[in-house]
Amino acid sequence: MRNLISFAVGGLFGAGLLISGMTDTTKVQGWLDIFGNWDPTLAFVMGGAILPMAIAWQMTNGRKPVLADHFPAPPDPKLGRNLVVGSTLFGMGWGLVGLCPGPAIASLSFGGWGGALFLITMLLGMRVAPALRMRLDQQSAPV
Amino acid sequence: MQSDWLLGLIGGGLIGMAAVLLLLTNGRIMGASGIIGGLVDGSGRHDWTERAALIGGLLIVPAIMVAFSSGWDTHLTENGVIIAIAGLLVGIGTRLANGCTSGHGVCGISRLSLRGIVATAFYIGAGGLTIVLFKHVLGVI
Repeated sequence: MRNLISFAVGGLFGAGLLISGMTDTTKVQGWLDIFGNWDPTLAFVMGGAILPMAIAWQMTNGRKPVLADHFPAPPDPKLGRNLVVGSTLFGMGWGLVGLCPGPAIASLSFGGWGGALFLITMLLGMRVAPALRMRLDQQSAPV
Repeated sequence: MQSDWLLGLIGGGLIGMAAVLLLLTNGRIMGASGIIGGLVDGSGRHDWTERAALIGGLLIVPAIMVAFSSGWDTHLTENGVIIAIAGLLVGIGTRLANGCTSGHGVCGISRLSLRGIVATAFYIGAGGLTIVLFKHVLGVI
């Protein structure tokens, strides 16, 4: 049942990404291009997605998920270097081509060789990230 | 232009409803990079079927929609070197930061998570600066 829900969630997520235009890299890069021909679409997408989730988070208080024992733990208040460095690297890649992980999967069926190349290199990056994180953490650890 | 914004709002609502369904039913956060990354680095081995099912839906449903309508294009650059560099940056960056646009952006900001808000500020800032540098200054994208 959890698998079925997960599949439905993925489908709804993919339909939303496609309809909203987030699989079109010109729209994403247009949102980031504040000094060019700025496209505000992404702000509407984020707003439309955040609103129902904000209500859902309120509903989690004192309750349990339908098919699980507990809701996710409260957010970690610690920021840390990995969050800042990682988000900066992610933003650079996102700006360069206009794709992030969700749309990379959702557009794979019609994204051509470029979309496939992006996905393969993204998966490679995800594969080496834990080792890189360990190295960064060792450097910052007190001697 | 206005219709783009309306479609953005509708599509965004669907993305939000997907995240709501996963949270209230399975008790999970809908973060694309975490769900995919957990399969790639082995950290999500215990619930790999759920991850695979979500990725399956994310891949198949848009494929069906595209098959029954026309005019869809990612307008992705033709420069393979830039695509490969960007893919590596997105893969490494999202896993170091433990989240991307869906996890930190949609799911984090909606619960006023400081990490989600800071991450979003940094990736949007870095994305904006990247566009300025590579499009307007260097002219390579």
